[in-house]
Amino acid sequence: MSTVKIFINNKEYNVDSTYTIMKACDEIGIKIPRLCYHPKLSISSGCRICIVEVEGMRNFVASCSYPVSEGMKVHTNTDAIRQARKDILELILDNHPKDCNTCVRDEVCELQQLASSIGLRERKFEGVLRTPFVDASSPSIVNNHDKCILCGRCVRVCAQIQNVSAIDYANRGFNTVVVPAYNNPIAESVCTLCGQCVNICPTAALTEQNYTKDVFSLLNDKTKVKVAQIAPSVRVAIGEAFGIKPGNNMAREIVHALKLLGFDYVFDAQFSADLTIMEEASELLERLNGHGKLPMITSCSSGWMKALEQFYPELIENVSTCKSPMSMLSSVVKSYFADKIGKKPTEIANVAIMCCVAKKYEAKRPELAMEDGNPATDYVLTTRELAWMIKSAGIDFKNLKGMDFDAPLGFSTGAATIFGVSGGVMEAAVRTAYELATKSKMENIDVIAVRGNEGIKEGAININGTEIRVAVANGLGNASKLFEELKKDPNKYHFIEVMACPGGCIGGGGQPYAGIQDLPFDPKLVNERAKALYSSDEKNTIRRSHENPSIIQLYKEFFGKPLSEKSHKYLHTHYKQKFPKGILRKSGKEAK
Amino acid sequence: MEKQMFTDRFASVFGTESFFKKQKRIALKNCGLIDPENINDYIYADGYKALGTVLTKMTPKDVVETVKASGLRGRGGAGFPTGRKWELTAQQESDEKFVVCNADEGDPGAFMDRSVVEGDPHTVIEGMAIGGYAIGSSKGVVYIRAEYPLAIKRLIKAIDDARKENFLGKNILGSNFSFDIEIRYGAGAFVCGEETALIRSIEGLRGMPKSRPPFPAAKGLFGKPTLVNNVETWANISSIIVNGVDWFSSIGIDKSKGTKVFALAGKIVNTGLAEVPMGMTLREIIYDVGGGIPNGKKFKAVQTGGPSGGCLTDKMLDTKIDYESLMQAGSIMGSGGMIVIDEDSCMVNIAKFFLQFTQDESCGKCIPCREGTKRMLEILTRITDGEGKPGDIEKLEELGNVIKKASLCGLGQSAPNPVLSTIKNFREEYEEHVYQKKCRAVVCEKLITYTINDKCIGCSACRRACPVVAIKGAPKEAHSIQQELCIKCGKCFRSCKFHAIDKTSEAKEQK
Amino acid sequence: MHTTLHHNQQEINNQLKIFIDEIKKRERSDSHLITILHKAQELNGYLSKEIMDLVAEEMQIPTSVIWGVATFYHYFKLSPIGKYNISVCMGTACYVKGASEVLETIKETLEIEIGETTEDMMFSLQEARCIGACGLAPVAMINDKIYGELNPKKIVDIINKLKEEALEEEKIVQ
Repeated sequence: MSTVKIFINNKEYNVDSTYTIMKACDEIGIKIPRLCYHPKLSISSGCRICIVEVEGMRNFVASCSYPVSEGMKVHTNTDAIRQARKDILELILDNHPKDCNTCVRDEVCELQQLASSIGLRERKFEGVLRTPFVDASSPSIVNNHDKCILCGRCVRVCAQIQNVSAIDYANRGFNTVVVPAYNNPIAESVCTLCGQCVNICPTAALTEQNYTKDVFSLLNDKTKVKVAQIAPSVRVAIGEAFGIKPGNNMAREIVHALKLLGFDYVFDAQFSADLTIMEEASELLERLNGHGKLPMITSCSSGWMKALEQFYPELIENVSTCKSPMSMLSSVVKSYFADKIGKKPTEIANVAIMCCVAKKYEAKRPELAMEDGNPATDYVLTTRELAWMIKSAGIDFKNLKGMDFDAPLGFSTGAATIFGVSGGVMEAAVRTAYELATKSKMENIDVIAVRGNEGIKEGAININGTEIRVAVANGLGNASKLFEELKKDPNKYHFIEVMACPGGCIGGGGQPYAGIQDLPFDPKLVNERAKALYSSDEKNTIRRSHENPSIIQLYKEFFGKPLSEKSHKYLHTHYKQKFPKGILRKSGKEAK
Repeated sequence: MEKQMFTDRFASVFGTESFFKKQKRIALKNCGLIDPENINDYIYADGYKALGTVLTKMTPKDVVETVKASGLRGRGGAGFPTGRKWELTAQQESDEKFVVCNADEGDPGAFMDRSVVEGDPHTVIEGMAIGGYAIGSSKGVVYIRAEYPLAIKRLIKAIDDARKENFLGKNILGSNFSFDIEIRYGAGAFVCGEETALIRSIEGLRGMPKSRPPFPAAKGLFGKPTLVNNVETWANISSIIVNGVDWFSSIGIDKSKGTKVFALAGKIVNTGLAEVPMGMTLREIIYDVGGGIPNGKKFKAVQTGGPSGGCLTDKMLDTKIDYESLMQAGSIMGSGGMIVIDEDSCMVNIAKFFLQFTQDESCGKCIPCREGTKRMLEILTRITDGEGKPGDIEKLEELGNVIKKASLCGLGQSAPNPVLSTIKNFREEYEEHVYQKKCRAVVCEKLITYTINDKCIGCSACRRACPVVAIKGAPKEAHSIQQELCIKCGKCFRSCKFHAIDKTSEAKEQK
Repeated sequence: MHTTLHHNQQEINNQLKIFIDEIKKRERSDSHLITILHKAQELNGYLSKEIMDLVAEEMQIPTSVIWGVATFYHYFKLSPIGKYNISVCMGTACYVKGASEVLETIKETLEIEIGETTEDMMFSLQEARCIGACGLAPVAMINDKIYGELNPKKIVDIINKLKEEALEEEKIVQ
């Protein structure tokens, strides 16, 4: 590493010669304000908020892209720079609705926080606003065009991280908008509803479709039995919305809060994760025995399912027929559990708390409905929505004693916990498949090869003398790379796990917004959440899905055995090609 | 029809003797004199001699050094030393490099590039081939506006002919040097004249500029080192090689060598292209070459540099035409648009016109340009609509300065120039608009009072044209306009065939 | 870039496919997207959703990207244009010499705004950037033909003449 000597605000520093001014300043503790910049995305330098003065340059330079050089003299906080930043920020706000008080991102808005830290206190240039337009066509994602500041982070995350390119800039200049092709509504686009754009949006331009009002009404409905379920990743992230540092497992507090909100039963989607493993591991063994296509690909991720139907219809036969844990649990609640408490499925309402916005769409899939045509899952709330409901109901979340999940659908194993992390489904399935096939104990059940935050991970397990090759991809962009490999060598793998979101469900589109100091899908943040899940797995005395006593009981009482006729009826489904057909950007091509 | 057009313009170029006398033609040396569709005409006029010389007698380094020594600077606007650009690109190690000709001429009122490509396409091809040899590139791209069909047609033919004669293609003229050119079309985006946006456009993307560094010389088209020069710059190359550095640098002055082609337009007797040596004064070019202002009107300002430039007053008429002097005076050389403005034009309106253009052409990527030009335009619009408020002029200055200093690319950085320079030089006109609701040039519609004079014969044409029934009068009797109803649309004025409607704009009492 | 009117969409699509197949043989074929859109517009008169879908499918470029490019460049038309496409030059030289009066007159005569087409699909109206004919200012381009030194009366005469021409053509066809 070679270094250069530079001067920042008249003080001398030696910094890595490959650094940008921003990176150099970050390292010495000066955080230059920024907006369109994100370390995981290509550099746009469009927002101009991060401008600095460099002596000898006629104009200000964008510190996010300008490289340091020997002897460079940088000023980050002169009057001129402060004034220019203020003016630029004002220009953004002049084209932005003045409804901070009533905005869903009030208090968690990057733009608001930026305006506060830059010290914008007056408005001078007000004029016409961009045309207000709301696209609420999708059950998952809402695009509020009037709040868009065109930073382009959503466009880049969609193209560069997810390789979906559902949205792009259209028109130009003041009329620029971020829209799907042909200005179509999101519901008629190739959007996979993964929600990464929602996570990375600095304002309320992209948000989840909000169902909190409906759920509050439901909670007051005395005719319904209200059942909640929570996904593994929700419990290790929700604390962040209450100022608790990342990586705290707060499952018991959530159960307690849900009860205080008025839910009759709180079950765990981890229970159905164990159930998923029973079915999926059995399905894998079937396929390995020549019944069905290989490689088998997981089907838990709703964003991935929509991507499958639009981008990879040729792989539909490879995808496991297992429903997601959410849909499995909702089905079980409205069948097995309904019988148990002597209620009709229509008298029960399932509310799923998920880290995901695509799950809102999944809940509305007609093929997942109950026999009577009603949806199995009535409402899906994101982690963010639940956090807000808890605050709104005045529940003192931080100081709750905590409660256990309800029986019989609330008990889960360590294998189910790690569903929330990329590689977790694979690891859990391998634990069970191995033992089901070999009828012997697996020595070391930590499948380290599929852990960690690399985009694509590979491993191999010896089952009864056969080497089973597995691969794990997180983020749809990585999945597209993996499938390209698969095209070249269709026999390369036996089993593939795909999660639509970077890092898996813990990095889902419904997780709490990062604070101004943290970045959306900051690897550090995601790692803390992952660590919490792995440590819960380790602490659990039961770490194999097939050893879950409640699962054993469920099979005994209801399903018989995995892949039985009844389990096909309630736990399995089929997917079919959807239009418009998605087109993947060719690999190796620089996007944006 | 198209051919006709070109000859018309040619006639207008050569129409008057004085117009021709003070010109010095390098880039336009063959325009109008040779048949642009006949390669032999070009060869007869010493064409491709420079390429031959370069390939047989010079090393690539020699060529770079020659261009450097000539003092040639980019003719597209910013005036970056051409030889330096070549050197930077030549120094790059890469398996592939590109030579690009920027023919996306977009300044409203400038058409020198079109004339060169239409009138002498081979000079551009030859220049590019020499450039390719100098920097070690075998691939050239001409990015040309789709709105120039004749130029495209002639360029295609010229490239074909050059290939046939082995001035392009493999092992040019028996040397080891191979070079070919392909054409890419623009699609109506002014910002694509900016080199990083142009590169994006050639790559098939939205023409949104990228921040520099890295400069195209290091990472340009398809991420490879790329040399971008505009048409007029390329058209200078062969003459420099053939006639030598001493000859070229003897033309022009200090830091600005050679000639510059200007497109004279506006209120001037001889409109058209004029190529003059650098260092000539504005007065000479406007009065001696351009023939002065028609109809005995008074000179008010000259606008140079198109939408990126500024307006200069009569006090600055002795400014020399070179990069530094124009910059010092508050304008720029730009690509060579020169619009003469007489007393009938309103400077606020002129500034608004240019800003409207850049605002419309802003790509939308960076905030200062996208949002700032919109706000400036809104302020200018209300000023010309008679709704200017105290403080508006100062707001224009504040916004103008931040857009200039903080925008991502040259378009944004220069967009406020027409406004800032007119505020600087014609502040009293702005103040009249804002504080007295008066437009001294009687241009700003909303500040005009329409009255009917005694030439009215009562034909009723105006009465019928008026959309708000503000005109009274019986047929064959003098009509009158009810001022309180008038919406100042000007339809009556356009409908009157008897010059019976007067337009005036007087200072109004402030309420 | 002349506009040809075809009646058979299949024929247009086939021609475009042949064109794209040629492009695909070149290296970095994606970079030719703008060239392809020019061709599509030339064949189809404007860029319809269907024609852009075809380009997307053939080139394997996401539709959102194509839409982004098509809406960025003003040369691309996203709705059908009239038989006569009038572009009034609003370059500086033309502006100073009264182009806006010419434009206003056309709007009043045809009763359309900029970017619109008359109901009979006869005339479309656009503003153009400088078309490089400043010596003849103010000018307008109607399809590929340039009309110079315009004034309100002259442009009305031209429009009337074109209307007559179109009527004649119709008679001949019948």
